[in-house]
Amino acid sequence: MVKSIWSMCGMCTVRCPIRVEVEDGAVTWIEGNPHLLDGALCAKGSAGLALLADNERPQQPLIRQGGRGAGRWQAVSWDAALDYVAEKLTAIIAKDGARSTILSCRGGPFIDPAKAFLQALGSPNFTDHDSACGRNVHHASQSVYGLGRADMAYDIKNAKHLVLFGRNLLEAMKVGEANQVLDMLDAGGKLTYVDVRQTVTGLKASRFFLVRPGTDYALTLGILHGVIKAETYDKEFVNRFTTGFDDLAAFIEPYTVEWAAQECGIKAKSLYEFIHELGQDRPRVIFHPGWMLARYHDSFYASRSLHLLNVLMGNVEIKGGQIIAKGAKDCGRKGIRNLVDGIPKSEEKRADGVGWKYPHFDKGPGLFHLFYESMQSGEPYPLKSLICYRHDPLTCFPDPTAQKRALDTLDLIVSIDTHYSEFGWYSDVILPESVYLERDCPISVQKGPKPRLVYRQQAVKPRLDTKPGWWIFKQLAERMGVGNYFPYNTIEDLWAWQLEPTGVKTADFEDKGFVELTDKPLIHDRETLPSLIKTPSGSIEFISAKLAKEGIDSFKPYSSPIKPPEGMFRLVVGRSAVNSHGHTINNPLLHELLPTNTLWINKRAATKLGVNEGDWLDVIAHDSGVSGLIQAKVTEFIHPEAVYCIHGFGRQIPLQSRAYHAGMSDQKLQTGLLADMDPVGGGLCLCEGFVEVRRSSKNSTRSVEL
Amino acid sequence: MNSYLIYLNSKRCIGCHGCEVHCKTNKGLPPGPILCEISHEPMRSVRGVPKTEFQFRSCYHCEDPQCVPVCPTSAMQKRTDGIVFVDQEKCIGCMACQNSCPWSIPQFNPLTGKAIKCDYCYERLERGLKPACVTKCTTHALKFVRLVEV
Repeated sequence: MVKSIWSMCGMCTVRCPIRVEVEDGAVTWIEGNPHLLDGALCAKGSAGLALLADNERPQQPLIRQGGRGAGRWQAVSWDAALDYVAEKLTAIIAKDGARSTILSCRGGPFIDPAKAFLQALGSPNFTDHDSACGRNVHHASQSVYGLGRADMAYDIKNAKHLVLFGRNLLEAMKVGEANQVLDMLDAGGKLTYVDVRQTVTGLKASRFFLVRPGTDYALTLGILHGVIKAETYDKEFVNRFTTGFDDLAAFIEPYTVEWAAQECGIKAKSLYEFIHELGQDRPRVIFHPGWMLARYHDSFYASRSLHLLNVLMGNVEIKGGQIIAKGAKDCGRKGIRNLVDGIPKSEEKRADGVGWKYPHFDKGPGLFHLFYESMQSGEPYPLKSLICYRHDPLTCFPDPTAQKRALDTLDLIVSIDTHYSEFGWYSDVILPESVYLERDCPISVQKGPKPRLVYRQQAVKPRLDTKPGWWIFKQLAERMGVGNYFPYNTIEDLWAWQLEPTGVKTADFEDKGFVELTDKPLIHDRETLPSLIKTPSGSIEFISAKLAKEGIDSFKPYSSPIKPPEGMFRLVVGRSAVNSHGHTINNPLLHELLPTNTLWINKRAATKLGVNEGDWLDVIAHDSGVSGLIQAKVTEFIHPEAVYCIHGFGRQIPLQSRAYHAGMSDQKLQTGLLADMDPVGGGLCLCEGFVEVRRSSKNSTRSVEL
Repeated sequence: MNSYLIYLNSKRCIGCHGCEVHCKTNKGLPPGPILCEISHEPMRSVRGVPKTEFQFRSCYHCEDPQCVPVCPTSAMQKRTDGIVFVDQEKCIGCMACQNSCPWSIPQFNPLTGKAIKCDYCYERLERGLKPACVTKCTTHALKFVRLVEV
């Protein structure tokens, strides 16, 4: 008998909706939800079956025996592991207070129980991975619209022209979004792609600008200049809904199209042609403001310029443009209940300084990397424990050695994850979560033009002695004496409690795997736009009132990126369509597709170094001498100042036999970058490191061994 | 006359290799054997844009397949609708089929010790479904085409 289960993929954090077939207690088929994706699923999605079958993941709770990272573990029962964590935490809190505990998670729709646990303990120090990802984009969005990055949806399918600055949509692999891009192209839409190298997304482009690394901001300034001088922007929109346009016009005066073309190393003629097309295609032009923009010192301003270009296109709240994401309230309905809503918030100030030392940052998850400073300085107060739920800071953030020095000051480190993360391997306790096909998750609202309620349903019972997150946090909460904030025993209890105000029943999900809160996409009338904009002025702000209040300029004078010294390159990183950062590298079927990464190096630069395709290279961080070994991929389609590799490789967990030491880890070469933060955007500057590249002595052709 | 064809709309293909994994998981294959494959030529610049196109290859289901007559146990068969498939009951894993095929299409499945190849997921076809690679193609670039004689 085949059972059909609605769920959400867990192979990457896109969480595409899926339908799972189960026969005799085994998963036999996974496909994209036919109602939303018409069956479509990526390679990672199907490889979920291999994850389920894989034994190279934690099989039961583990408590560290030897030194941190030594890999000596004692397998224990869940009771023993949970008691151990609770006893340690209780002792820490008794001595240093609840505020000494940090909890970080990867982010996403299912974080409520984790967040609730920390809030119930009384600590303000909730955080996530975003300072190595989208914080610059988020803060840039807030400074223009008063809305975060997740509050804007892009109607790519109906756009006429999509402009992507390094936003590699077709390899980032949101299945629905990738299809929107191709639908747009099929309908005759244009794609302009800007990057320091070619990607799969760029292959589909009608125009490609290969720019000098670190000059994105210059290009946005030149485009702003061109659009404003040619007067091809939407004047009516700008007059009615924005403030500060004149300041922008005055600021961009020196940044001509010719200047930008020269700075970026592209042709001015092509740039003029592009700007001319924008005038023809607007308002249905979308400048994607970036996703992972923890890259350069001016990435916040680059993203802010992209937001401003969208405003000049007049593309807000229209078909084929940006649509402000709607929630339950916008549909005239009540939203779901969250555990955190019923728990008093800590009055303490955050240890990362967000909200008081850094008043311009969004308090939400703060900035993880700043906790490392606090751990070592003991300021503003001592930190003693860190719990990471589905988050691997040692892969996510730069310079794991520097991170470990800070972690060594803590009394307790706990990893709650489905796989062995580098962080888990360095932890004191691993509480293994069941993989997504084996667990239920709380119900969540997916905001957008068509908001919906979504849930993840368990397809099969856990194969190994693992547990779901909602259960783990409830158990910990009970042991810490705050179980009263977790009013459930089973997932059915939790779902019913969450859904109670909405009038929706769990059974309503059975039809399609989700519950839509509206029949048609909600695009509000233009007249109501001011009510949707959440800036202090109520207008879209070219000059941010919030930043001005803190004495921060809304535009930054451009400064040209440093050219790498002779023999050195800027190390840039990205991803492939067949893995999700570090966490799928060991999957048997994905490892088969991409067993290692390579170092992309420009053909002319390679010739100068005597490097040929496939040669082994020593890649050496210029400030520390830390080195990595990797094979060369020689191509003319990367800028000569950059070398590139896929992130997530070079893992050091012996129990992951396939991923162990396969490829090179970029984050280990990012020495000195853990404290290199964009002071306005809060993002780290992961592409501000230089590496020396040498042909390795590993390339020898002789061996005289007997 | 063959009745079916898998067609790739290369304009929509993004070389994500989803089809390969959709196929492998549907057939329960471990790392090693591969029944369909996405490939591409090196990139070259076309009017200023580095370009390449992706190609899809699985079994050609030849009109006159060389793998069928060489099979010592008649496990390799061609159906009347043109599908060339391996009868797993009869296969002894000698791989004569692979050696006879100009493209070495039949693969050795280490889990069963037998040959396996693309059979257009005929068991799915019989249930009114499409082959796994087509059903789940990430961008709907693969199409399952029923050929009609005109």
